[in-house]
Amino acid sequence: MERLQSIEDFETLQGRLTADHDPSMPTIVIPAGTCGQASGANDLIRVAKRELLDRGLTDRIRLRITGCHGFCEAEPSVLIEPRGTFYPRLGIKQMAQIVEAVAQDRVLDDLLFVDPVTGSAVEKQGDIPFFKAQVRTILARNEKVDPIRIYNYIENGGYSALTRVLKNGDPKWVVEEVKASGLRGRGGAGFPTGLKWELLAAQRDGRGKFLVCNADEGDPGAYMDRSVLEGNPHSIIEGMLIGGYATGANEGIVYVRNEYPLAIKHLIIALRQCHELGLLGRDILGTGFSFDIRLVRGAGAFVCGEETALIRSIEGKMGEPRQRPPFPIEKGIDGKPTAINNVETWANIPVITSDGAEQFAKIGTNGNTGTKIFSLVGKVRNTGLVEVPMGTTIKEIVYDIGGGPPGKAKIKAVQTGGPSGGCIPARMFDLPIDYDSLAEAGSIMGSGGMIVMDENTCMVDVAKYFMNFLKDESCGKCYTCRKGIQRMYEILEDVSNGKGALDQLHLLEELAIVVKDTTMCGLGQTASNPVLSTLQYFRDEYIEHVKNRRCPAGVCKELITYSINENCTGCTACLRVCPEGAISGVKQERHVIDTDKCIKCGACKSVCKFGAIDVA
Amino acid sequence: MITLTINGVQTSVEEGTTLLEAARFLGFPIPTLCHMDGLSPYGACRLCVVEIGEGPRAKLVSSCTYPAEEGLKVRTASSRVLRARKMVLELLLASCPQSKTIQDLASAHDVRRQRFRQEYEDCILCGLCVRMCEQQMMAKAIGFRGRGQNRSIGTPFDVKSEQCRLCGGCMYVCPACQLRCTYTEPEKAICGACANLSPPCVEKDQFDDMMCYMEPCVACEIEKE
Repeated sequence: MERLQSIEDFETLQGRLTADHDPSMPTIVIPAGTCGQASGANDLIRVAKRELLDRGLTDRIRLRITGCHGFCEAEPSVLIEPRGTFYPRLGIKQMAQIVEAVAQDRVLDDLLFVDPVTGSAVEKQGDIPFFKAQVRTILARNEKVDPIRIYNYIENGGYSALTRVLKNGDPKWVVEEVKASGLRGRGGAGFPTGLKWELLAAQRDGRGKFLVCNADEGDPGAYMDRSVLEGNPHSIIEGMLIGGYATGANEGIVYVRNEYPLAIKHLIIALRQCHELGLLGRDILGTGFSFDIRLVRGAGAFVCGEETALIRSIEGKMGEPRQRPPFPIEKGIDGKPTAINNVETWANIPVITSDGAEQFAKIGTNGNTGTKIFSLVGKVRNTGLVEVPMGTTIKEIVYDIGGGPPGKAKIKAVQTGGPSGGCIPARMFDLPIDYDSLAEAGSIMGSGGMIVMDENTCMVDVAKYFMNFLKDESCGKCYTCRKGIQRMYEILEDVSNGKGALDQLHLLEELAIVVKDTTMCGLGQTASNPVLSTLQYFRDEYIEHVKNRRCPAGVCKELITYSINENCTGCTACLRVCPEGAISGVKQERHVIDTDKCIKCGACKSVCKFGAIDVA
Repeated sequence: MITLTINGVQTSVEEGTTLLEAARFLGFPIPTLCHMDGLSPYGACRLCVVEIGEGPRAKLVSSCTYPAEEGLKVRTASSRVLRARKMVLELLLASCPQSKTIQDLASAHDVRRQRFRQEYEDCILCGLCVRMCEQQMMAKAIGFRGRGQNRSIGTPFDVKSEQCRLCGGCMYVCPACQLRCTYTEPEKAICGACANLSPPCVEKDQFDDMMCYMEPCVACEIEKE
């Protein structure tokens, strides 16, 4: 790659790439993010490549390996452009058929996605209910771009937002534009990004400023930042370049957790390509603007997603939050002004600067503009990444996009915001999802995790799970966070073991409020949310555990017993699978569980075809 | 100078003054465990919380680390503050019941019971010893490691540090733990001076840069006899 010397050079390159690109040529798109690879996308790629070579189709059909498209439930999947045909859950043999079908411009009807509600096949990706109800400004770009090919990004309009900014030549205009867009930090707290940039731009001590991309995504069940970094690393780089130009920062750092090897790999490749093309480094595109980005890998601490802990981690110290003020915007990395934004925030910047703030502000609601990506997981039919305008109700996400519950059990609650978030009960599903409504309901937006729970989920168990997570992940500096979470976990353990008392519930609530009040950083201040919100909305479940020593959802092992009802046909399936030999009985006769021997592993329930195992 | 109001009293302090210093200057008592003049503020024990701001934006912050801000309204003993402090003390009492310092503080705040499962730990991880070692003794022999419930204080790899001059400064500043008298569990002691009755001062010539802060020290008592 030759270094581009000027904006004209870049535009010539972009023009040439766009001219070479024939959109009518059939393209097989295989999403191969971490999730795709785990479910077998690499095999599909291998087969597709071999078939294309064997049949001599390489100049007639293109193959594009992209990042995740979001529909995890259907992985490994294939998308055929320009038709938009979508084939879910493919095997190696079917891949060969698809290559053949594409060559003949046919559609394989029996491989298409079948709508579980109507039972009919849906050909085009855009018509599948999961995709139909979304507004995919960020995620749709994952489909268009091969993350390891910078030319692919450029031919799809990449880096033209940067050149637009560079041509305009006024950093203030960019800040004003971001301010006007109303973009709020996607990391969870929702601080207006434009305001943050304005504050950073106003810092003038001449010692240099930092921009940080926070990709330390650690919430259980959340992976939207990973998919953006894996699928479109150049959009982050472009966003940071624009940010650097707007704020006068000269160094960028992407802080990414080491558990994301593919994201790191793609980012390293992208950074190298940018250096080679002259889009990073000194005198970018001959404009005199210099900006460089380096990668810092997190060492696995959840708390390092908190900005002051992240700064210390980048400095090479122990990841431990410190008192704010002084805010990082004044004293950040090595004491220099630092602005930290989430991956998704950075990915939104090129969209704002190329389409204009007005266009961006049209999406979403007043005060909560743009789209937000959620990772929809748990007891819902269509799991995956969901991008919706702010202000969409939980109901729309869970039922219209998520397709509702997969089984008979009704959906009971949604947990948003990861370990720092709260549970929102089903009766409040008309709540629009934005920063303020969620905070009012006792939860937070967080980075966008959304865990759906049904009647088989015990809320005490959920709170216990998150406390268990946090007692290991609190940095341990603040006594109330470290010890308080341990004690909350202890009480929740008592409750779920049937040793709880009503007094303990009051103590739990009292303690949770003090932990929220007295801790220093965001982790501690939100750590009580799972406890407080479940206590608020599902108190009856707690009381049931404490008073009647019963777990309504049949989860808390100490409080449930397994038994076999009259539906038993005596098939001996459970008898054979029981690891403790607790089930006895003869063929064709009702079996019996010895409750003394039973370890409540649930193996019998999972093999029984007749619904004969009762849990109470 | 920065003007702020503490418990309704207006005062002016120099920039960089913490709320704790300002409040103590005015004579408002704020209990602390992890704070010590001469060491950098840390904010670990959360006992020194005060309430700042008004209305729905009011919040608790640790006064030892929070800098005085222009026009700030501080309440050092509001009901919210007292409730939080009591809970902190109850938590402390539940984990380290044998510390005299914690017992005294609890008693002073009318905390007469604790409702958690009783533990008998010693260290509250206030970090005074770590800061003493680093900032006053210039040694950095001990530090924090681990996080969450596995956080602890010790030397790297639990091997006796070459940086340690056996000054005993860490034990001298410890408010809660039994480092000062771990004769019952000598393996937990950092230098184990009192446990094995052969503290460094007995063999002074081996430690040319030794500085002893131990007082009272078993060894000195023995020598006197």
